[in-house]
Amino acid sequence: MNNKIRQNPRLSDVLIMIFIGITVIISILPFLNIIAVSLSSKEAIISDKVTIFPRGFNIESYKLVFADIRMLKSMGLTIVLTLIYTVLSMIMSICAAYPLTKDNLKGRSFFSMLIIFTMFFSGGMIPEYLLVKELGMLDSLTSLIVPGMISAFNLIILRTFFTSIPPSLEESAYLDGSSHIVTLTKIVLPLSLPVLATLSLFYAVSRWNTYMDALFYITNSNLYPIQLKLYQVVMNSMVTDLTAQEGAMQTEVIAEGIKAASIMFATIPILIVYPWLQRYFVSGAMVGAVKE
Amino acid sequence: MNQSIAESKTKGLPPKTIKPKRIAKGIWKDYQLYLLLLLPIAYFIIFKYVPMYGAGIAFQDYSIFKGVSGSEWIGFENFKELFAMSQFYTVVRNTLLLNLLDLIVSFPAPIILALMLNELRIVWFKKISQTILYLPHFISWIIIGGLVYQIFSNKGGLVNNMIVALGFDTVPFLTEKNHWLLVYLGTGVWQSAGWGTIIYLAALTGINKELYEAAEVDGAGRWRKMWNITLPGIRSTIVVMLILALGKIMTIGFERPFVMGNALVMDYAEVISTFVYKVGLQSAQFSLATAMGLFQALVGLVFVIGSNAIAKKMGEPGLW
Repeated sequence: MNNKIRQNPRLSDVLIMIFIGITVIISILPFLNIIAVSLSSKEAIISDKVTIFPRGFNIESYKLVFADIRMLKSMGLTIVLTLIYTVLSMIMSICAAYPLTKDNLKGRSFFSMLIIFTMFFSGGMIPEYLLVKELGMLDSLTSLIVPGMISAFNLIILRTFFTSIPPSLEESAYLDGSSHIVTLTKIVLPLSLPVLATLSLFYAVSRWNTYMDALFYITNSNLYPIQLKLYQVVMNSMVTDLTAQEGAMQTEVIAEGIKAASIMFATIPILIVYPWLQRYFVSGAMVGAVKE
Repeated sequence: MNQSIAESKTKGLPPKTIKPKRIAKGIWKDYQLYLLLLLPIAYFIIFKYVPMYGAGIAFQDYSIFKGVSGSEWIGFENFKELFAMSQFYTVVRNTLLLNLLDLIVSFPAPIILALMLNELRIVWFKKISQTILYLPHFISWIIIGGLVYQIFSNKGGLVNNMIVALGFDTVPFLTEKNHWLLVYLGTGVWQSAGWGTIIYLAALTGINKELYEAAEVDGAGRWRKMWNITLPGIRSTIVVMLILALGKIMTIGFERPFVMGNALVMDYAEVISTFVYKVGLQSAQFSLATAMGLFQALVGLVFVIGSNAIAKKMGEPGLW
């Protein structure tokens, strides 16, 4: 009996580890496969030999991707775009969240409702497009920054965090004659660094990954962010592949390696920053969870 | 504040000279708050509420030259036209179908995964697993679309290569609608399950440890404890998440179906958002597409209000 109790947990431990292990492998397998394809020779890709290890190792595909000036320009543009967007989004979110925690702000609940309502109802894709068009923002980077500048969801997370700062800290500052803006910058913001880092990351990741607005608003290929550029490389060839005749084999396989290398090209920045930023992601998701 | 003004009036001179200064100071402090709010509120009005007003073109014969104010009002004509289209019903059906199946498949996945992760004893293994499991959440749908194509393609896709190696025929994962549906749902689980565990793992840490000790004294095994303590312990989190998911059943993102869909599986892949894009932005039928978007937004709002009401009836805090 005693023996049984000791053995059973061990068996279930192993089962759980196997289950998690398989899930982890499934999570990472697509990346391994695409890395392998991007580093393989054309011959290996044609003969379907590539699994998760490169066959006929070469970096031709990457050479071609890096030789494509437009690809590099898109990447550079996206980095700048992401930085500007993140800074402006954070400033705007802070400006909105802080007053909404103050009791003496008249109409506070009205302003909160005004913001929260936009999470549940919107004018829709077409009126938003027409507005951007009316404002003369089509085909300019402002269309990728301004219309989506504040996320109501992030704003609520920030407001919740500000509310959790002990009011006594702010009160003592007021008694010393400090103004709201000084209190905000000298007391509240330094105490909020973890949540500020988290939300910055949420904003940055969403800007980095979103392509929908660029697809709608940008027609000038000089202004394509990396995701839209990638969409052209990956999806255009996908559409032709799916309907392709057998004859187009050779060109298709050449595209295959370039496609894989392009996907990796756009993924590498995320893979580089990801491990370092993971703890912020997680704490941010927790902050968001508390609210709901 | 009123009271102090009244006090200063009755008490005479000294407070009178001090108070107005303080009141002015108070207003000045509030003035800064309004100043901070000015731009964000302007943002919400211009970029969220003006489009709501602009959605009025759903009731107009909208002309791009005349604008919202100049175009002719035609009542519900656009909606009549919309409801007369056979595609309308396909698109609404697909939106509900994809979301409902997604909910059924993707909702339990993070719960199961979180329960398993919670049982892991080896800390380094747990940490590495979590790091890898969260990763797909940070990959754009374009990249995911590329990965999916790479893995499931008929010619040279990893999965089909394996199926062929095992002696079976290739499976048309991307070109036959029922197989495509499986890939679409599987991709959703792949992308969101790991990230979704965070909230449940947080809820799991809140369970009273003494319950487990008591259960162990009573001779309960691991599965028994999981069933009788852990699951009930995160019940309210599960309910809240389910209600939130139900509230979103009518809204479907644009990026995922747009990237994953292709001409051969449009029977399932055409959803409201992609349909609005095609009718509105590609064919320039602005009024018709806006009517579709408005229909979706209104039904979606009903779902949100409805699920919030259910949440409150079940004793959960709800969204407002």
